[in-house]
Amino acid sequence: MKLKYFSAPYLVWMIVFILVPLLMIAYFAFTGDDGGFTVKYISDVGQYANIFVRSIWLSLIATAICLVIAYPVAFILSRMEKHKQGTMLMIVMLPMWMNFLLRTYAWMTLLGNNGIINYILGLVGLGPYKLINTSAAVVLGMVYNYLPFMILPLYSVMEKIDKSMFEAADDLGCSSVQTLFRVIVPLSMPGITSGITMVFVPAISTFIISRMLGGGSNLLIGDLIEMQFLGNAYNPHLGAAISFVLMVIILVIMTIMNQFDPDEQVLM
Amino acid sequence: MENIVSLQNIIMEFEDGEQILKNISLDIKDKEFVTFLGPSGCGKTTTLRIIAGFLEPKSGDVLFEGKRINGMPPHKRNVNTVFQRYALFPHLNVYENIAFGLRVKKVPEKEIVRRVGEMLEIVNLMGYEKRSVNRLSGGQQQRVAIARALVNHPKVLLLDEPLGALDLKLRKEMQIELRKIQQELELTFIYVTHDQEEALTMSDSIVVMNNGSIQQIGSPTDIYNEPVNAFVADFIGESNIISGTMPEDFVVEFNGRKFECVDSGFNAGERVDVVIRPEDVKIIPADKAKLTGIVKSVVFKGVHYEMIIDGKEHKWTVHSTKAESAGSMVGMNFAPSDIHIMKKTEE
Ligand SMILES: Nc1ncnc2c1ncn2[C@@H]1O[C@H](COP(=O)(O)OP(=O)(O)OP(=O)(O)O)[C@@H](O)[C@H]1O
Ligand SMILES: [Mg+2]
Repeated sequence: MKLKYFSAPYLVWMIVFILVPLLMIAYFAFTGDDGGFTVKYISDVGQYANIFVRSIWLSLIATAICLVIAYPVAFILSRMEKHKQGTMLMIVMLPMWMNFLLRTYAWMTLLGNNGIINYILGLVGLGPYKLINTSAAVVLGMVYNYLPFMILPLYSVMEKIDKSMFEAADDLGCSSVQTLFRVIVPLSMPGITSGITMVFVPAISTFIISRMLGGGSNLLIGDLIEMQFLGNAYNPHLGAAISFVLMVIILVIMTIMNQFDPDEQVLM
Repeated sequence: MENIVSLQNIIMEFEDGEQILKNISLDIKDKEFVTFLGPSGCGKTTTLRIIAGFLEPKSGDVLFEGKRINGMPPHKRNVNTVFQRYALFPHLNVYENIAFGLRVKKVPEKEIVRRVGEMLEIVNLMGYEKRSVNRLSGGQQQRVAIARALVNHPKVLLLDEPLGALDLKLRKEMQIELRKIQQELELTFIYVTHDQEEALTMSDSIVVMNNGSIQQIGSPTDIYNEPVNAFVADFIGESNIISGTMPEDFVVEFNGRKFECVDSGFNAGERVDVVIRPEDVKIIPADKAKLTGIVKSVVFKGVHYEMIIDGKEHKWTVHSTKAESAGSMVGMNFAPSDIHIMKKTEE
């Protein structure tokens, strides 16, 4: 009984700030300037299929790279002595204390045609290479910015895996590689799925990273949406329609992810 | 019978430099049920982990069937462990937990089905195949842990206090069950416990440990009837331990009286520990006894009465099927063969 009242403010919050905006996006996506129902804008989204494909592709690559880097980092972190874990975790999180724009801006100066990296390469007679305004730079920006979001959930799951799990696997004949795929990966599956979610979702909808590191030629969905609301192309209905489609895509991908339920067996 | 596992002069230290195992040497015969018995922290688990390969001794050799296996990783050793807290894989169900070792070794599916089925029967868990191990009782989890280890047909099974978490009744059942499995499959079991009763009922041979060294190795009867020192005597069942001297062969003096005994070979006047089991103390009329005391308490223990008898120099624990009335003066006597004489141990 009592609990009901306590949850009331939270419920109101959810309705006002989550449910209502979602419904508004759906509303704008399916109506025209005259307020009548139309699927015109939704079907217009099809024109931007190449941008959708690029966004999904780059975010997937960035997510995969994050996973590959974060997995061993999180594992090593989780196996350290308890009192060292805190310090190491802080070092991992340190870049996050810096402003997001500033961090990304720093990469601009590093990667620029006259940037530090090309300068150093020039000293040894290499380059200059075109580093900035490439899709690789966008992926780099995503990995750099979102890596901690992969490490954290992985770490928090791995930290709870008892050492005896590895000993049991070793005892039952597993080499280190077999222990990894038969015990560690399945036991850290919840961390893997939430890490992927936490990197993929912001990556696919980012517009700052692509704007700053990708130049004009690497537009992502986020840029497209931003242009519909704040840019010259002002068209909130199309913006809402793109957002709506993006939301559906993310939902579908997340549903697929959830098939890797921790209770499901992963056999290799 | 030949030795399947031998430890030779094992010394173990952790980073802090304290010696945990002080020169342990031990031979374990094939198909034997051996128990490591000792108080908490004496190094039982450490010894077991050295045999399993999870720990490397600082010095000394570990032999398996006569071959030195120092440095060989656990997964290459032909031993399996039942862990102190089971360590079942929470992401796998009962069947897959048991099948784990076989899958790793790429055993054909047909044989996996057969061997896991066989194990489920042995540990009496048929019908639980699909159950998540998180939804099993302690006793069931423990049986899965045993099946998961046994299915690999190890030559040696290491069990670290596997019954510690179970209630008394289940414990007794599992003791009989384990002993049966060991005898039917003709395996070597190395079993760790700090429960002396468990050790006495299950083992072919008991290794009594204290403070990182072996005190005595022997059959349960040997250990019970002829403990080599006061520690073993005290640890294996209750005992009356009294300081005394040996004025001459076959005579021991304690509590100011001389008693006939069956031990010899001590220096004249050598100080010794005298151990007398509570059930070996005979109650006789006070006026006919060398030793007397006042009955302080009488407690019924099911089969016998346990009495505390205050004899001035020593408070005696006495087991008898006949109760004396509290407060009365009684006499005590002992058969010469029930008086166990032990060299003093330097503690
Ligand atoms: N990793 C370790 N580092 C330092 N000391 C350790 C370590 N593991 C065990 N010890 C110490 O070694 C000694 C023996 O430990 P061990 O676990 O072998 O005891 P045990 O006989 O199994 O006791 P119990 O009956 O309580 O399980 C203890 O004093 C313990 O504190
Ligand atoms: Mg132990």
